[in-house]
Amino acid sequence: MGTFPVNKIREDFPILHQMVYGRPLVYFDNAASTQKPVQVIHAISRYYETDNCNIHRGVHFLSQRTTEAYEDTRKMIQRFINAASSSEIIFTKGATESINLVASSFGKQYLFPGDEVLISIMEHHSNIVPWQQICIERGAKVKFIPIHENGELDMDAFRKMVNEKTRLVAITHVSNVLGTVNPVKEIIAYAHTYNIPVLVDGAQSISHLGADMHDLDCDFYCFSGHKMYAPMGIGVLYGKEKFLEAIPPYQSGGEMIKEVFTDHTTFNELPFKFEAGTPNVEGVYGLRAAILYLQDLGLDNIRNYEQKLLKYATEKLTAMGDIRIIGEAKEKTSLISFLIGTIHPYDAGVIIDKMGVAVRTGHHCAMPLIEWYKIPATVRASFAFYNTVEEIDSLMEAIIRVKQMFG
Amino acid sequence: MTISELQEQVVSEFSLFDDWMDKYNYLIEIGKSIPMIDESYKTDQYVITGCQSKVWLHADYRDGKIFFSADSDAIITKGIVSLLIRVLSGHTPDEILNADMDFIDKVGLREHLSPTRSNGLTSMVKQMKLYALAFKTKSE
Repeated sequence: MGTFPVNKIREDFPILHQMVYGRPLVYFDNAASTQKPVQVIHAISRYYETDNCNIHRGVHFLSQRTTEAYEDTRKMIQRFINAASSSEIIFTKGATESINLVASSFGKQYLFPGDEVLISIMEHHSNIVPWQQICIERGAKVKFIPIHENGELDMDAFRKMVNEKTRLVAITHVSNVLGTVNPVKEIIAYAHTYNIPVLVDGAQSISHLGADMHDLDCDFYCFSGHKMYAPMGIGVLYGKEKFLEAIPPYQSGGEMIKEVFTDHTTFNELPFKFEAGTPNVEGVYGLRAAILYLQDLGLDNIRNYEQKLLKYATEKLTAMGDIRIIGEAKEKTSLISFLIGTIHPYDAGVIIDKMGVAVRTGHHCAMPLIEWYKIPATVRASFAFYNTVEEIDSLMEAIIRVKQMFG
Repeated sequence: MTISELQEQVVSEFSLFDDWMDKYNYLIEIGKSIPMIDESYKTDQYVITGCQSKVWLHADYRDGKIFFSADSDAIITKGIVSLLIRVLSGHTPDEILNADMDFIDKVGLREHLSPTRSNGLTSMVKQMKLYALAFKTKSE
């Protein structure tokens, strides 16, 4: 497949070279969590071997050096997503915590009875439930933008739903079930004509499409490290300074304070106002290594190769017959949700697993979307740049076995 | 037969298969012989939550013994729940409450016990034991 050095890349991912049930592991659950290259694994072990200490507080040598590395990574992420300032980059546990932070703090400041938050029917639960919870608390309402049958967002409906009660639009860049790439730039531009801020959930897009805050002009953006080859438990929230300044802190404790008196506290400046407690420093080291790795490969090269995998898998599945692909948007990232005839995805998943292929079955934390399609669940295969066409052939072999057993 | 004798019987049946495919094919066969739940009980009230597939479970209490019936939209789940029914159905609430359900592990279906399978099997056993507890309390 072209000149993309997939075999050399696979050498960087030790976990891929193992047998499961006597067969070589095929890992197609990348939309849930990606594997980590040795560069990331070594960055974490090097952190504990040479740099481990608490940051921002110590005057000692280690603390200063590690604080510098931590803050350099913040600047690196600022450049990676083309944000205006590094104080707009908040380290979190992941996209879920990022959205919870915005829902809670933005909600307390800007949501009032009768107000509306617009999200889409294809959101992951992490971009539904925090809004439902804060809306219950504030007497506001969550409205769902519908989709077309092919999995594309219904933009006409979206434009009609924006009104004087809308306080925020929260939308995923890419659907974790359908692979649909949403026209977020268009959504943001439209919302902004009414002065409505937009949060973009980049969890499923950052490792495939990258992100450009200046170009998108979104007001909040978030992603998780573990879906982009970095460790679990580290993620990022980007917020425009004017909003991060205006909204109250999310959690309180050490680090986020300026001065504490017995009767009141003043808060630290950005970004520290939102980083209470000792942060996940090892995670930041890992995230830095992951971004370097992605930049070294080149996001364009990655996208080209992954799109070839997507095309190959889509053609193979379609040729097999009796396969229903859920999500056929014109623009997709490298994942496919499907149903095999009338076979329950759970049955299919159990057998596919036994064939050494790791796929995901179920509602993929997007129950409203599964309900919208009136299906019980889907089988989802999601590809990363270390996957190969031969592995896709193994999946096809497993599907044939499923059909034999349940057909 | 007692619950543990029935468990041993299932274990020895499954020991005939050393290939996972044969094991699952047998499970699929077993699923077809499930004591089918009455259609009127296939409602949300009888759904066991916590499973990736839908499972409906109902219990009748006759002459001091519990009789289960069930259905599922997934065939493997049907096979598993019918194994549970074969082992537990027709026993007293006390026998069911005290049953140690270790046979699932012994027949090589251990992965269905893990939380990554959304606790399907664990939820089913829990629900069956809850029925037993309810009938026991009612009859005392």
